[in-house]
Amino acid sequence: MSQPNEIERYTASQRSNHWMVAILFILAALSGLALFHPALFWLSNLFGGGAWTRILHPFLGVAMFLFFLILALRFWKHNHLTKNDRKWLGQIGDVIAGNDDKLPPVGRYNAGQKLLFWVMILCMLALLVTGVMFWRPWFAASFSIDLVRLAALIHAFAAWVLIAGIMVHIYAAFWVKGTMRGMLTGKVGRAWARHHHPEWYQEVTEEKRS
Amino acid sequence: MTMLDIQRRSATTTEAPQVRHLPKIAKLIDVSTCIGCKACQVACMEWNDLRDEVGKNVGVYDNPADLSDQSWTLMRFSETEQNGKLEWLIRKDGCMHCADPGCLKACPSPGAIIQYSNGIVDFQQDQCIGCGYCIQGCPFNIPRISKKDNKAYKCSLCSDRVAVGQAPACVKTCPTGAIHFGTKEDMQDYAEERITDLKARGYQNAGLYDPQGVGGTHVMYVLQHADQPELYANLPANPKIAATVSLWKGITKPLGLAGFGLIALGAFFHFIKRGRKEVHEDEDDQLAIVRQSGSNGRDA
Repeated sequence: MSQPNEIERYTASQRSNHWMVAILFILAALSGLALFHPALFWLSNLFGGGAWTRILHPFLGVAMFLFFLILALRFWKHNHLTKNDRKWLGQIGDVIAGNDDKLPPVGRYNAGQKLLFWVMILCMLALLVTGVMFWRPWFAASFSIDLVRLAALIHAFAAWVLIAGIMVHIYAAFWVKGTMRGMLTGKVGRAWARHHHPEWYQEVTEEKRS
Repeated sequence: MTMLDIQRRSATTTEAPQVRHLPKIAKLIDVSTCIGCKACQVACMEWNDLRDEVGKNVGVYDNPADLSDQSWTLMRFSETEQNGKLEWLIRKDGCMHCADPGCLKACPSPGAIIQYSNGIVDFQQDQCIGCGYCIQGCPFNIPRISKKDNKAYKCSLCSDRVAVGQAPACVKTCPTGAIHFGTKEDMQDYAEERITDLKARGYQNAGLYDPQGVGGTHVMYVLQHADQPELYANLPANPKIAATVSLWKGITKPLGLAGFGLIALGAFFHFIKRGRKEVHEDEDDQLAIVRQSGSNGRDA
């Protein structure tokens, strides 16, 4: 099925799921940023103007949340933090410097990826709940004005954390060559897997043999 | 409407024109001489071409029951017992035209809310996107979003009339002269006279409501009980833009943008220094080598 030097990392369904979330994230982020700061209001032109941006943003957000929920449930089991993960995070300097030989062995995901996973879950939940609370014209009127104000503040904060996290996510995928290919084609190189995710590589190859 | 100079504009970070100085204006509502006839409500509807739906009697004199996109001003009736006497307090509610307007601060759409240099805060519905942030920003619970067009509406202080030297419609129509209009200074002076008179008649705590928490307002009240503004249908004693709104719309925004910029720059220069991390897929798996270009690279 696959080339001898390739291992399957993501199925077509998982990849599609990921890219649905990614596309919806870009749209939700751009429309949200348009309302976040006056300097970015021009982004509302991408959505047909300010009113359209206001109308579309919550729907994009809810759609993103739903696709993310499926993705999160699929990858939940791969993202439990282990002792080695804590060690990995403690050596974040070596991670950034690319001193991979000094780092503890990594499984299917490294501690950075796992941390991002949990941060994204928290952010998505916060964005959904607070977003509904000031969604006009439908839901905002059902909450007290002080709650609505707080919701808007938390929404902006959670969105900031999410966007910042995704910026790091995108750069890391670009930095580690072969990663982007994994999410686009589903296949990663054998050496890539052995080097970046040795414990996962072992699991996968042993499964094949048995 | 644009015959007045604009001194502040929503979602605009650069300075607005501020060379010309218009005298600040104010509307003074003397609660002690209001008889609750609602002529101001009628005049407001007539001048602004509004017609609210006929509502239901909810057992109080307030009619309609609340402000709406069609009702920009509303008499609110409160009963209270002060010094053993029943008092019927009637407050004409509506936009206070804050010097530091929370609505304008919260609005994300450039120019949807403007403040004229005479102090009037006005909504420009053609720029309004219907997000309702003005409602979150307002400390007086004034703006209302129309169910018809999803745009926010409120009292404009008849900016179109004021621009051509006319008093607002409610002022013009008030049969007891409870509503006054003029420069803010003149209104403060006139309020002083009224307060002196009220004190002479036993209202020891009579005073002017011009809350400084929002920089003062361009709609002011003469209250018989200025020490307890809450008596007047919950007029806030010390209105301020909520701390959550100030934080949401304040320093966090430029800091947030700067944060994104720093992450992007950090990533870019990380790439410049380290290059991309590459594992060569050699024919012999065991010989796969990690390569990093750049200064710290461990090129094989």
